[in-house]
Amino acid sequence: MQITVNVNGADYAREVEARLLLIHFLRDDLGLTGSHWGCDTSNCGACVVWLDDVPVKSCTMLAAMADGHRVRTVEDLAVGGELDPVQQGFSECHGLQCGFCTPGMMMTARWLLDHNPDPAPEEIREALSGQVCRCTGYENIVRSVLWAAKHEAGQREAGA
Amino acid sequence: MRHGDGQMTGEGEAGGAYGPVRRKEDARFIRGQGNFTDDIRLPGMLHGAILRSPLAHARIASIDVTAAEAHPRVRAVITGQTLADRGLAWMPTLSQDVQAVLATDKVRFQGQEVAFVVAEDRYSARDALELISVDYEPLPPVIDARTALDPGAPVIRDDLAGKQDNHIFDWEAGDQVATDAVFAGADVVVAQDMLYPRSHPAPLETCGAVADFNKISGQLTIWTTSQAPHAHRTLYALVVGLPEHKIRIISPDVGGGFGNKVPIYPGYLCAVVGSMLTGSPVKWMEDRSENLMSTSFARDYHMHGEIAATRDGTILAVRATVLADHGAFNGSAQPSKFPAGFFHIFTGSYDLRAAHCQVTGVYTNKAPGGVAYSCSFRITEAVYLVERMVDILAGELGMDPAELRMKNLLRPEQFPYTCPTGWQYDSGNYPRALQVAMDIADYPELRREQASKRERGEHMGIGISFFTEGVGAGPRKHMDILGLGMADGADLRMHPTGKAVLSVSCQTQGQGHETTFAQIVAQELGLSPDDVDVVHGDTDRTPFGLGTYGSRSTPVSGAAAAVVARKVRERARIVASAMLEVAPDDLEWSGRRWQVRGDPEKARTITEIAMAAHGALELPEGVEGHLDAATVYNPPNLTHPFGAYICVTDVDPVTGQVQIRRFIAVDDCGVRINPMIVEGQVHGGLADGVGMALMQVIAFDADGNCLGGSFMDYLLPTSMECPSWELGATVTPSPHHPIGAKGVGESATVGSPPAIVNSVLDALRPFGVRHADMPLTPAAVWSAVQGHPYRSDLAIT
Repeated sequence: MQITVNVNGADYAREVEARLLLIHFLRDDLGLTGSHWGCDTSNCGACVVWLDDVPVKSCTMLAAMADGHRVRTVEDLAVGGELDPVQQGFSECHGLQCGFCTPGMMMTARWLLDHNPDPAPEEIREALSGQVCRCTGYENIVRSVLWAAKHEAGQREAGA
Repeated sequence: MRHGDGQMTGEGEAGGAYGPVRRKEDARFIRGQGNFTDDIRLPGMLHGAILRSPLAHARIASIDVTAAEAHPRVRAVITGQTLADRGLAWMPTLSQDVQAVLATDKVRFQGQEVAFVVAEDRYSARDALELISVDYEPLPPVIDARTALDPGAPVIRDDLAGKQDNHIFDWEAGDQVATDAVFAGADVVVAQDMLYPRSHPAPLETCGAVADFNKISGQLTIWTTSQAPHAHRTLYALVVGLPEHKIRIISPDVGGGFGNKVPIYPGYLCAVVGSMLTGSPVKWMEDRSENLMSTSFARDYHMHGEIAATRDGTILAVRATVLADHGAFNGSAQPSKFPAGFFHIFTGSYDLRAAHCQVTGVYTNKAPGGVAYSCSFRITEAVYLVERMVDILAGELGMDPAELRMKNLLRPEQFPYTCPTGWQYDSGNYPRALQVAMDIADYPELRREQASKRERGEHMGIGISFFTEGVGAGPRKHMDILGLGMADGADLRMHPTGKAVLSVSCQTQGQGHETTFAQIVAQELGLSPDDVDVVHGDTDRTPFGLGTYGSRSTPVSGAAAAVVARKVRERARIVASAMLEVAPDDLEWSGRRWQVRGDPEKARTITEIAMAAHGALELPEGVEGHLDAATVYNPPNLTHPFGAYICVTDVDPVTGQVQIRRFIAVDDCGVRINPMIVEGQVHGGLADGVGMALMQVIAFDADGNCLGGSFMDYLLPTSMECPSWELGATVTPSPHHPIGAKGVGESATVGSPPAIVNSVLDALRPFGVRHADMPLTPAAVWSAVQGHPYRSDLAIT
């Protein structure tokens, strides 16, 4: 079937099988390998991308369901080569080790801060609770998101 | 407030290039630019998929692949017979056994590899699996290891000539007679059966490979999820029969390993054969169920422990008998002289008179493996056993478990200490580590709080564990895998402008080697870590070595990095002496440069020397130019990290729910090169402990159906189950490691499960519960409170 998906601001028209998963469309058809496949069952969240500004698990969505919608992936986090504060926070606070869960974690963290710019650690943990990291024990991921929140608050203050 | 964060107690902190520098690796990962095996795309690449057995034990009567071969997008279908025709149906395991690549005679566990389809895309390969028809004749399976040696038990490995039972090995350590004598004269003896249940490392990236065989050159290139690229190259050479110099293993970014990516799996070999048959590169990536059901599991140790002590709480001896479930093929990955791994370090951290253990390995109709999941070659099982026994003894004696441990811990002056089963612990200050942990926790206050809560009917638990590990295998004369000695190489190339490239044999899976090892070289040569690049994961670009598992990277490859940098430094000394026109002996290393003794103004940095070494400077007779050096590091002993952990839980006996309120971890891994990375390693291991203690088990039903085959059933800890970890540190350098470092990657995975279990059982003390096996799920806790503990590993009622 023919679909057109806006991915990271560009329209992609492709002929796909109706059963093609969104994660495979992104990775195999568009070559956007930053989003990862990890479990098949919506448990791990390595595949999290945004669909029209909401985090979704792209291993449990068909590419066809994204037809006519906007998808945002980790490759779009940095704007004009400038890292998103969430990306900076993950590096500053050692919020990643093997890096496999990181893109999905960062996409959810970005969404959280867009809706709650000053989250408590418990709120960060809850927001990320549908995603799994096998390396960090979550401690430094929480600190990374707190770092980004603080950094953005500083930026807002400087801009005000 | 975070208690004890960054607290460091010990013999000085290292300066210079050491410290919590941000990781070089992060730049690519935070941009989504990592390069994992499934990200590899080659022109003309085909995709493989495996047909797996639905049965745990069955004879294969026939396989019909006609319909699959007729699928328009299928390029090849491989069966055991295809492989047998090439002598590839069986491959050696890492434990001197053989494993079926694709089953020819029988299937021996649910999920075993039966056929391999190569197709033009992933979906078609899966479609074609449905078109293969296999006629199975079911056989009775052996699921419970405790029945594997029963007379009349079905013989699983009838492929082995003359095999009449399911016995693999008997192995023992320590002095049985002396130990029995101590037990016979002891005031107090307590015994306990306990199971360390089967779990799985479950790295977030599953296992896979892209194989590309070039028929013209005979070159085989394999991109794969490997923790040990060089060992894999040798293994492929032995199995496939290709000359080793024609094989190149590239392990790109690896999305977590934890021991899961040490062995070679049938899918890798099928991808190789698929590429040979089709002339195209073939990618095979397993899915999550395949990962959990067929690749290397962990633990599955059925243990009986006994501990002997005096009435006043002096621990005298320990003994243990273990039944080890190795699954259908003995594929566990450990040094070959140690079939039970390093389990005999079960004497723990205590001053004992005697110890003896006996381990029996058996086949069952389950997936092969056993040594994985950050276990430091079975030290997880050993530490769990002794730390549970010490807690049970404390209960028997009516002593506080912290007091009992403090009374019996080895004292600093006893190091180096040889334990009753023969390990020589290199260094330690155990009472200090336990005291630091108790201080962070405010242990007396916790006990007061617990007492007052008990009066109110609330159930709070305080659990302690103290662990000693032995990590960093070899020495090579004692330790090998498949005859390959456990030593690791390092090459250091110094460019004319003073920039350096270090090549190492180990392979990062998230441990940050590109950063840490650059810091080691920088520290030794007075450079910035930014001036040092680290190459790893490509057998064509790195020297031979056995790879990353058993917490061996820093103890072995980290040592190699320091030694090779010192070789470069000594070569630089000769060149500097020519530059400064003094004798080499007149130069001293300042930490940043070679300088003339008594005249430090006259000095040259490594960067200045590097340019001169590549230039026209006249060098002394017999001195080669350039500064490059190579080394092979053969560790003289293991390093022995240790730590004291305290876990505080709140347990609801009505629902069985366990909440971890606090977890204090004090680790001593010697000198910390990058404390930020060390703490990250500890954090991750602590989360593993939460999973093992409370959530994870690979269970089976009576027919051998795997009940842990997805993340819906095999539960991993999320941010909600994990508390905010409270870390502390002490520093006791290793006396034999070049920079005093010890391994740390598995410490927390080893040390945390007993702390959590001890905590839960401490909470349940009012109910008279002495022991319950992991995982302490709500159902397990509730059953224990009801007085009906059950086996979590079997769904057999």
